[in-house]
Amino acid sequence: MKLEATALTKRYGAHAALDGTEFSTGNEARVIALLGPSGGGKSTLLRVLGCLLVPEEGSVSLDGRTLPHDEDGALAERRGNGFVFQGYNLFPHLTALQNITLPLREVHGMSATQAEQRALELLHRLGLEGHEHKRPSQLSGGQQQRAAIARALAPKPKLLLLDEPTSALDPVMTGEVLDVIRELAEAGQSIILATHEISFARQVADWVVFLAAGKVQESSTASAFFTQPETDLAQQYLVGLSKYR
Amino acid sequence: MPRDNSPTLRSRVLWAAVILVAVSAGLYALFLAVDYRWNWSGVWKYRAQFGIGWLTTLAVSLAAMVVSVGFGFLLMLGARSRLEPVRLLSSGMIEIVRGSPLLVQLLIGYYIIAEALQVREQVVVGVVLLGCFHAAYLAEIFRGAVESIGASQLEAARAVGFDRSQAYRYVVIPQALRRALPGTTGQLVSLLKDSSLLSVIGIEELVQKVKVMNAASYAPLEGYLPLAVAYLIITLPLAQLARKLEGRFAYET
Repeated sequence: MKLEATALTKRYGAHAALDGTEFSTGNEARVIALLGPSGGGKSTLLRVLGCLLVPEEGSVSLDGRTLPHDEDGALAERRGNGFVFQGYNLFPHLTALQNITLPLREVHGMSATQAEQRALELLHRLGLEGHEHKRPSQLSGGQQQRAAIARALAPKPKLLLLDEPTSALDPVMTGEVLDVIRELAEAGQSIILATHEISFARQVADWVVFLAAGKVQESSTASAFFTQPETDLAQQYLVGLSKYR
Repeated sequence: MPRDNSPTLRSRVLWAAVILVAVSAGLYALFLAVDYRWNWSGVWKYRAQFGIGWLTTLAVSLAAMVVSVGFGFLLMLGARSRLEPVRLLSSGMIEIVRGSPLLVQLLIGYYIIAEALQVREQVVVGVVLLGCFHAAYLAEIFRGAVESIGASQLEAARAVGFDRSQAYRYVVIPQALRRALPGTTGQLVSLLKDSSLLSVIGIEELVQKVKVMNAASYAPLEGYLPLAVAYLIITLPLAQLARKLEGRFAYET
């Protein structure tokens, strides 16, 4: 896919989370990593790209098509995307299975049996066999995130958007979840991933968008970014993150 | 999840019996101290009237509960509406109804509003007025419950492709329901007790019947003890039911 953003601005009160953000990716970017310091605008940019948020100014085009700003258009766009957030993704009053089948039935018009079949297939593929009928509070953090990924994948989204999906997890659970994401990337899923897992991004991403202070500082192929970052900010960021790992 | 403080059923029954005996003995001593002379035969003659009053109270309150929950829900939606006039009207109604006495609302509602609308059935007017009064409180209980469902849940609902009404129906309301339950039960118990005020618009409910009964039989207090018991017969199962429902909706967030 090719992403292009022009003059994106998104404010929360007086704070501009995105402040005239501009970038474009190569034509064949498939796994895009959004990197950068906390508070730099990664999460906001991810939400704008997935049509969960509408920017006050500017626009995004995906493969030459401008993303809609009206609520109905954005809703239709969201229905073609899959999202996973840092935490509190799942609906706590529903079981893992119901979390997946409910949107399939109510949003994507599947029959109850079709939806259940699809949900079970994904839960088993992501290693959650035997946990189908548990509520989120009965699952570990890693299992919760895998169930959330299963829910995001269930309607076969064109684009999977992941917002720091492992930053609330311990190292073992982080490994479980990253394994799943790597398998998806290798199977050809288009992904946009905001993360601090720098070595994971280096392995999996083919394009990197580096943000700080609400602006894109760098947008380049992953190999170029990791071997030869152009800006001082990106250099410092990479050095700082690789210090202890 | 409610904490389980009672290790066995037996110790619970035992303690309940001990407390019951102690409280009864205390009450008995109090009545003994003021040398109260009981006159049960006087009030026994009016037991049929007492029964009619109890049924009236029960029927009127149940109907008003239905009105209050339905209208309270609508008021809550109104107070959260994106349309300014709807929001102002709803929150204004909530504040005025909550801030003024039920007695005044009953008198104005019956003698002015119902009169002007030519509605003469006291019971209908009573049910609507009592229901509206408690709807205002319930609207605030519901609003608190809905607003306690965090922004992350709303975002998750949007992310799976729900539109606004689907997000409410499948994500917010089911979770808010459980949080609203304890407050709602308390409010419905208050509604039941407030139904005694309906006598001012001529509804012969239980308290009114007991007043008449006491006056006719020259027994100042005898009627009030069965009155309290008659209310408890309704309120205790209501609280029990609510606890059961809470248990069924229980899940950790």
